[in-house]
Amino acid sequence: MFETVIGLEVHTQLNTQTKLFCSCATSFDQRANLNTCPVCLALPGALPRFNRSVLHKAVSFGTAVDATINRVSHFDRKSYFYPDSPSAYQITQLYTPIVEHGRLEIEPKDADSKIIRINRAHIEADAGKNIHDDSRSKVDLNRAGTPLLEIVSEPDMRSTEEVTLYLKKLHSIVRYLDISDANMQEGSFRVDVNVSIRPKGDDKLYTRVEIKNINSFKFITKAIEIEVERQIDAWEDGVYDEVIVQETRLFDQAAQVTRSMRGKEDSADYRYFLEPDLLKVVVDDEMYESAIEIPELPDAKRARFIDELGLSPYDASVLTSDLYMANYFESMVEDGAGAKMSCVWLSVELQGRLDSSLEESLVDAPKLALLVKRIEDKTISAKAAKEVLDHLCSSKIGVDEAIDKLGLKQISDSSAIEAIVNDVLSANQDKVEQYRAGKDKLFGFFVGQVMKASKGSANPQSVNEILKREL
Amino acid sequence: MKLREALKLDSSGIAKLKDELRAKVDNSLLNAFISLDEAGDGVPIAIKDNIQVKGWSVTAGSKILQGYISPYNATVIDKLKGAGLCAFGRTNMDEFAMGSTTESSYYGKTLNPHDNSCVPGGSSGGSAAAVASGEAIAALGSDTGGSIRQPAAYCGIVGMKPTYGRVSRYGLGAYASSLDQIGPMTQDVEDAALLYDIISGYDQNDSTSADVEYESVVDKLDGNRVLNIGITPSHLENAAPQIQKAYKKAVKALKDAGHNIVECTLLDPKYDISAYYITATAEATTNLARYDGVRYGRRAESDTLEQLYINSRSEGFGDEVKRRILLGNFVLSSGYYDAYYIKAQKVRRVIKDEYAKLFEKVDLILSPVAPTTAPKFGALSDPLQMYLSDIYTIGVNLAGLPAISLPVNKDEDTLPIGLQLIAAPYDEQTLFDGALSLERALETL
Repeated sequence: MFETVIGLEVHTQLNTQTKLFCSCATSFDQRANLNTCPVCLALPGALPRFNRSVLHKAVSFGTAVDATINRVSHFDRKSYFYPDSPSAYQITQLYTPIVEHGRLEIEPKDADSKIIRINRAHIEADAGKNIHDDSRSKVDLNRAGTPLLEIVSEPDMRSTEEVTLYLKKLHSIVRYLDISDANMQEGSFRVDVNVSIRPKGDDKLYTRVEIKNINSFKFITKAIEIEVERQIDAWEDGVYDEVIVQETRLFDQAAQVTRSMRGKEDSADYRYFLEPDLLKVVVDDEMYESAIEIPELPDAKRARFIDELGLSPYDASVLTSDLYMANYFESMVEDGAGAKMSCVWLSVELQGRLDSSLEESLVDAPKLALLVKRIEDKTISAKAAKEVLDHLCSSKIGVDEAIDKLGLKQISDSSAIEAIVNDVLSANQDKVEQYRAGKDKLFGFFVGQVMKASKGSANPQSVNEILKREL
Repeated sequence: MKLREALKLDSSGIAKLKDELRAKVDNSLLNAFISLDEAGDGVPIAIKDNIQVKGWSVTAGSKILQGYISPYNATVIDKLKGAGLCAFGRTNMDEFAMGSTTESSYYGKTLNPHDNSCVPGGSSGGSAAAVASGEAIAALGSDTGGSIRQPAAYCGIVGMKPTYGRVSRYGLGAYASSLDQIGPMTQDVEDAALLYDIISGYDQNDSTSADVEYESVVDKLDGNRVLNIGITPSHLENAAPQIQKAYKKAVKALKDAGHNIVECTLLDPKYDISAYYITATAEATTNLARYDGVRYGRRAESDTLEQLYINSRSEGFGDEVKRRILLGNFVLSSGYYDAYYIKAQKVRRVIKDEYAKLFEKVDLILSPVAPTTAPKFGALSDPLQMYLSDIYTIGVNLAGLPAISLPVNKDEDTLPIGLQLIAAPYDEQTLFDGALSLERALETL
């Protein structure tokens, strides 16, 4: 039996207005090389200038993962040649990172909880992008110099489940702290996986293989599974030492394999040394005090949803997995909608109807809250509400307006229902006789007829009561 | 014409001055200027080819930057503009400021105006020769290990290296970031103080610039202050006899002027050389990595990316630059970092502390600038010999101190001899006061 050993490096882009070392905008999706200046183009004589707002975000992150904050850290140069790195060195923090020795708690299915240790989180500058056409390569340096927080875990994960839980937790933390957009598709939350195997019970760490830049949780799981299989096969075939080497591999989604990108023999010596153009990074008391004041984190919010709002642990987890959804939910409850109903209508009904994100939905929290309240005050039935929600999702219309327009207002007025009941009974005298003679099953038939006659708008509970009385 | 006189000219006077300078440069054989670019109106200042001037081709004396046009001004250029001066002509230099003779320039050698068979010094040899020959009234140079002071001494002018952090490095093509400083090269001490005042001051674009309040030195310039001046007799052993003679003359002049002479000892300069060449080459290796042919400058023909790097850099850099890049890569490579770079920084700390101790006793230290007068062309072709000729200047850079080189004597072959005064960090006022006093005392000697 083998055990999988996994450590993760997550590069998360910090959501500052300007780059890490110059005043260029960090906006995504601009014309190539628009957001550049002498500094981020590394022109002769240009010098970096540290954007201190980054520091605040890094300290908040460190606080969120119970880490040590180094009040004095510094930058280092990491040298390598590549066209997307204009100065041919990356400014990073090797020797003293801003954040060290953190921890993150996950809850795997077969265990109560598990701690994943975070080795460090350091500030560094992102590279630009190389774009390859058929015959030529182009360089876009808009991204060059964007601030990154690289979060490095210890090799503490043993399964793809743990990896996913860790990443989801990490993702929600940076979103809750509002330090990153953490959008995997746009590349603002990038994951490199270090994976090795070993016989169960062995404490030794074997050769680790790095798989780079996989852009969805699903593919991360797939890439690990495929890589582990490759390593186990090599072990069982007796060729582990020859085939499994310390190297960087890329996950090929289409072919479902990992491919060697560069091996250890041509791995660069990065020649790290202290960045002489920048001063040491000092977190002063004022910044420290303000940066450690962090908002409620997912775990605390989840506990509160369970304890104070009576949600199930599962529902609370779903709602708190995303800050926007959690805030949406809380806003509904504040508007007076019941917690459990709000949860169902948000996480099941609305989510199930969305093509894109919740942020972009036409149905905002006040609207969905009102819809829930209309069910709760019996203005409409739950069934009718689904129809109303369909309508709300596709047009900019108010909840009550939609109910009127669709004629779905529930009839709870007993005299109106009595009239319908009497009509149905007199039109079906024969069935009334049979029912009264003992054919109980016919009750359902009468309910159906009444609901049909009311076009579904009669309150089913009232219909039941009145039918029983009249029969 | 002195800089302080030129600053009083009206626009027609300045235009006339520029015409005269153009004519001189056009008729000159010195090759002090690479080209006579102009940038705006104002009193003309010659600019070393590693200081960025918007719209100029700024190449650091290198083939690899051929074709590059700077899109921005260095902070010092904006400061010149703001004070009614302007960049006027870019001067020759050792490639990327790596050298002591200006012979490594892509544009060929610059001649020493006092003896055309001798080097003007370097790396700011073009600026020194231009001022010494009257082709410029004043110039800017840069000093990483003596590159302002040594050519000033060889050419018989005043060259001043400010305290590290006094003058913004923003826009100075970097050689060694923790050592580089831009400074004035002028005809006399007062002009140097004037130009220093104009270019110095805190700049938020340079994180290593000193965030201290600006204080003019010219306003308080006082050649009558009595100072304690340290001399270092044991330090003179490595200097040629005529340098030692000039040193004695300067000591006498200072004594006559009423200063107190205090005998001191400095650390063995061999430590300076090691610490300097490790620090400078480590930083230079990374600073010069950006010259890769990808974005700007000269790109060599190649079929693959790797070949593009190799060919562009092999063809674009000269031997001395390659030598220092290799050396820097070596000292930073995995397994050697602690033994070389970290150790060099510790030595640097010791040197700094040593100077700090000296400055508890003295206001200024008098020191040679170079062990000899300007050598003949080719005489420093052995790199190690050239490195050793830096022994008197690099300690100042390692400790981040301000220093000024001024002409003291001429040797038998009529070559100038310069000596330097060194002050405590940020004490430029005392430095200029002492230099003015020495300059005057030498005149009356």
